[in-house]
Amino acid sequence: MTVALEHYVFVSILLFAIGFFGVLLRKNTLVVFMCLELMLSASILALIAFSRYNATAANPLMEGNLFVLFIIAIAACEVSVGLAIIVTLWRRHQTVELNEINELKH
Amino acid sequence: MRELLFHFFAALTIVPAFFVATSRKPVNAAMNMLVSFVGLSALFVMLETYFLAILQVLVYAGAIVVLFLFIIMLIDAGKSPHPKLIRYLASLAALALMVFAGYALVFGGGSGPFAEISVVAPANMARTFGVELFTRYLLPFQITGFMLLIAMVGVIVISKKAEAEGGAE
Repeated sequence: MTVALEHYVFVSILLFAIGFFGVLLRKNTLVVFMCLELMLSASILALIAFSRYNATAANPLMEGNLFVLFIIAIAACEVSVGLAIIVTLWRRHQTVELNEINELKH
Repeated sequence: MRELLFHFFAALTIVPAFFVATSRKPVNAAMNMLVSFVGLSALFVMLETYFLAILQVLVYAGAIVVLFLFIIMLIDAGKSPHPKLIRYLASLAALALMVFAGYALVFGGGSGPFAEISVVAPANMARTFGVELFTRYLLPFQITGFMLLIAMVGVIVISKKAEAEGGAE
């Protein structure tokens, strides 16, 4: 048995499914956010695996890897903004539990 | 040896990820996320994308996890209560469904013989990255830099506004 593209894609699927599971299960905004990060890194793993397994010597195919570079940069932006929003939420409500934040309901 | 390492690093990625989703303390979740990201970067090394593995450790395992820990300490997030059983079961069912569907998609499609990784000299990957970034992808690169600036300004605006409102009340 060799380590093939399918194995990496399956690990990526597992990571994504676990992130989705966490988003469904948890009510703490911070942990939900962490699970979103897990889903993001699962997609990064799939991208890198595809770009590596489709590369040849003539065509090194950097596109997938470059795309991952951009994703990491955007993810850093997203984390900083999201955590700022969470801190603001904490200042207003003194809670980060999702079921206690119901401003938009009423 | 290669598949043994692959399985080890895959387990190192998947098992802590599961604890991120289930641990009740946010601090434990963040620590597990750190381990998971290190395992992921080891998988990147196995895919011979060394530059991205370093980037993963620096940005994700370094900066982002530290940011998470900082916020957890700042807002004093305690233990969450146990989720309700019905919620647990429904989420677990969604997880099982996704894993099963993924397994069927990836391994059950009759996709022929599994390919071995093709040998491309990735020795000067950072150099190739730089050349590509500053020639073909110059505009997206600059847009990304601008986006980081926008995010920074946005974060400052968000925290400023909350402070002003808190002062008015």
